[in-house]
Order: sequence, then C-alpha cells, then structure tokens
Amino acid sequence: MVKFLPLKEAVAENLHDGDAVAFEGFTHLIPTAAAHEAIRQGFRDLTLIRMTPDLIYDQMIGMGMAKKIIFSYVGNPGVGLLRRARDAIENGFPRSIEIEEHSHAGMANAYEAGAAGLPCAVFRGYRGAGLASVNPNIRSVTCPFTGEVLAAVPAIRPDVSFIHAQKADRKGNVLVEGIIGIQKEAVLAAKRAVVTVEEVVDSFADLHPNLTVLPNWTISAISVVPGGSHPSYAHGYYVRDNAAYLEWDEIAADRDRFQAWMQANVIESTADDFAARVEHLRKAA
Amino acid sequence: MSDLGFTPNEMMTIAASRALKNDDVCFVGIGAPSAACNVARLTHAPDITLIYESGTIGTAPDVLPLSIGDGELCETAVTTVAVPEMFRYWLQGGRISIGFLGAAQLDKFGNINTTVIGDYAHPKTRLPGGGGAPEIATSSREIYITMAQTKRGMVEKIDFFTSFGHGDGGDHRQRLGIDTAGPTLLITDLAIWKPDPVTREFTVVSLHPGVSREEVQATCGWVVKFAEALDETPAPSELELKTLRDLQARTKAAHEGTAKEKAA
Repeated sequence: MVKFLPLKEAVAENLHDGDAVAFEGFTHLIPTAAAHEAIRQGFRDLTLIRMTPDLIYDQMIGMGMAKKIIFSYVGNPGVGLLRRARDAIENGFPRSIEIEEHSHAGMANAYEAGAAGLPCAVFRGYRGAGLASVNPNIRSVTCPFTGEVLAAVPAIRPDVSFIHAQKADRKGNVLVEGIIGIQKEAVLAAKRAVVTVEEVVDSFADLHPNLTVLPNWTISAISVVPGGSHPSYAHGYYVRDNAAYLEWDEIAADRDRFQAWMQANVIESTADDFAARVEHLRKAA
Repeated sequence: MSDLGFTPNEMMTIAASRALKNDDVCFVGIGAPSAACNVARLTHAPDITLIYESGTIGTAPDVLPLSIGDGELCETAVTTVAVPEMFRYWLQGGRISIGFLGAAQLDKFGNINTTVIGDYAHPKTRLPGGGGAPEIATSSREIYITMAQTKRGMVEKIDFFTSFGHGDGGDHRQRLGIDTAGPTLLITDLAIWKPDPVTREFTVVSLHPGVSREEVQATCGWVVKFAEALDETPAPSELELKTLRDLQARTKAAHEGTAKEKAA
C-alpha cells in the first residue's frame, strides 16, 4: 500500500544501484525533483529507460550514474542535442554507456506490453528503418492469420518508475491530466512506482469519471513536491520554462560549467527548492 | 532580407503551408513543419487537423510550441490521448493523411537521417534520433519534407536510415510491403521538388522567385534533376507573410517571456 514519504526517503527506499529505472514524462510532468534526489544519493550503474531522455538523463549521464540508456529520442526537445549524453556516447565521458535505441512507437508499445503483462509488443513498425539492424531487440513475428510480418520488441518492465503528477487525494490515489504521455503505462509496467505530486487534496469525489487516476494500490510511495517537474510544466499549475531548456544547451556544452551548475542547483539543493523555481511560471488564476 | 521583400526561409514555410488542405489530418514534426502547418491553419486551411506526437489531436496553438508537448497544444486541442494510443490507433491505424517531417540529412530518394553523423557505434556526431519519425514515415498516407538546402544536409548517401523514404528508388517501398505513398513533396528554401513517377528521385518542379538553377545545385550534394516544365513558385502574399511574421513574433515573445529576471 502507498506511503506518503519525504522525497529523500521515497527515493532511498525504492531505487538501488544497478536498477532499471524509468523517470517518465513526455515533455509534460517530468519528474525532475525525483531525478535530482537520485543524483544527490549518488546511485551507480543504472539502466535509464525513457522515451525522451531530456535534461534529467543528460544530468544523470553527465554525473556518471548510467551504464545503459534505453530511449527513442535523445534530444533537448525543440532546442537540439543533449550534450552530456553526446559526450558519453561519442567520447565515453565520464564513462562509456551502452545504448538501446527504439522509435517512439516501439517504446510506447513496449511500455504498454509491460503494463499488460505480456513478454513482448507487436506492431507495424521499423519498416525500412536502420534501427532494426543495429538493435538486436528489434525483431519480427509473422501474423498467424494474415501472414503480415510485424515488428516485435521486448516488454519494458522497470524495477522502479518515477512520475510527477498534479495531485493525490488523502488515500494516495493519483490524478494525471493534460498530456498524459506514457505515465500510466510506466507505473503499471514497473515493480515499484514513486509519484511526486504538486499537492494533496481531500477527495477526488467530484472528478470527471474518465480522468486518468492511478489507484493507490498501484503506487509504492508519494512525495509532495510543488514545482517538482520544473523546468517542465504541470498543466493547471505552471507553464514550461522554455528559457531554461534553451539555457541548458549552453550549460551542458561545457564539462566544467556543467559540474558547477550541478553542484549549485542539485547537490547543494533540496526538493524544497523547486517551489521557488516555478513561482514566475504560475499562471494568474 | 532580399529586395524581394521576403526571406528564403519565409518562402519555404509559406510554400510548405500551401501544400496542406483544409481536410488534411497532419502529423506535425517540430521546427519548420510546425510553422508551415500553423500558417496553413491560420490562412487557407482553418479546419485542418494538426496532431503532435505528444497526443494532442486537433490543436490550434496561438504561438509555435518549442517542444512537441508544450501546454498550449493540449489546451487548444480537441482531445489529448496517451502516447501509446497516439501511435497505435491514430498513426498505425491509418488515420493520418500527411506526415510532415524535417531532416538533418536527406538523400534524393527522401530517406531521412536524424540519428548519427558517421558510424552508428562510434558516431562523429550523435543526433537526437528518430522519435516518432520511423513510423510516421511509413504509416502516414503521404510524407511532406521541408528543410533549408545545404550540401551537408542534402547528400548523395545518408549515414543512417532513420526514416525510410523511397529507399534505393523505384518500387523499393512496395518490395518491403509498405503500402503508403512515402515522400511526395519536398519544399526547400529555394525550390519545390516532387519525386519522379518511375525512379522516385526528387526533381525540382518549381523555383522560388529570384532563384536560379545554379543556386539550387550549389547547395545540394547530389546532381539535381529539373523538370522540363519548370514553374516559378508564386511569391508570398501579404496575408501569408503577415500571418507568418505575427506568429513568429508571438512565439519569440512567449518563449523569452518565461526567462527569469536574474540568473537562476
């Protein structure tokens, strides 16, 4: 059953060296605070899974925490490249990392298969695509009914998934709304799930019946971290800090500047610092 | 700005916007395609359905999103679905008429590389990769591509097949069992290109105003074929230019607007 915990404890209880971990969020609701807590606790040899490993995986890779990344778009969305990830892939700095690359369709189907308890996902994909010849986990199956050759990829089953969501109720049920991305699948595919939320409300009784709500028994721990997805955004709470994404391109371009930024903004910070970071991004009510 | 009163990039975006129809269902790539799609929506195609891979269907943003998942896409959309549903029901399900893509590297058969420059295992430059593009390229009924011409970008041989176009040309798609049309249009900052009906090689069918054949060749890494009857692309109208410039001004103001007064 779900526990409400300070983020430090939620991360320490659920993430371990060597885990396969997903910090998911498709541009929206990226669990930055949870990733920063993982960085402060200094985990090693992680397999980082995410469709769009943006700034937080650039940071974790730059800090030498990843032995492998499984991804479908290793970019800074709308800005360009991820410079710490590039340094690791191109130069093995600060350590070499293994990569397993898919398309978005491949990753989305693989998460869904994980959530559905299937060993693999089957879909129409990778036709003519070079990834099929460099990733041995992209294979094919023949439809037993039509004979069509379809792509197959193994299900994604993280040891633990971290997501950020708008709110929990007092019982620990979690609401995700707006661009819901792959969060529900990431939680249901994982052995353990940790959710950071903007706030806790008394009850979800007045919500629309079809909203994306993750029942409390699907979640291991919830931590309340207002602003916890900055510089991403939380629909209904604060807008995306596009300027921060543009600035990251410069910070990450230089190894020393990156280290200095990480020291000041992650290592010497806490989860409580996130609320102030979104103050100027909150919309007038 | 040239003395024509518009830039080559403005001409590219506007020429690309004209290719879209009011009843199209368009899967929008970020960057140049996004600008073209929204100019179309704000001019001749008000009812066009714009879909971004974050799951936003029928979106109508007032400013261009920086990412495929900016909040305004969701706020203005008819509906927003989960990412697996986006790729399974809407793209794989055959509901997209036009996939609109940009490219880092493109060859004459419309194959696109956005993955690596150099060898895949030991890349010279690691690019972001395909994202949604590998399946957009094969599940959309047609593909439009837009990019500014450079010799580095338009090359004889791409380093990696991120998204399959016409492969080696001819009937290569059919031989792989791909039943969609693939790239049918390329709009650059200098010209409009269409694939040859037999070889599928992109051929210049229209030069933008003031552009010469030599300029097109000088910024393209393969030997360019020109159609026998070569058109001139109509210059942007006042409405088209104003729509694009207003959109870009709103976008610039919005993206800079979130910057803090002092450094974080």
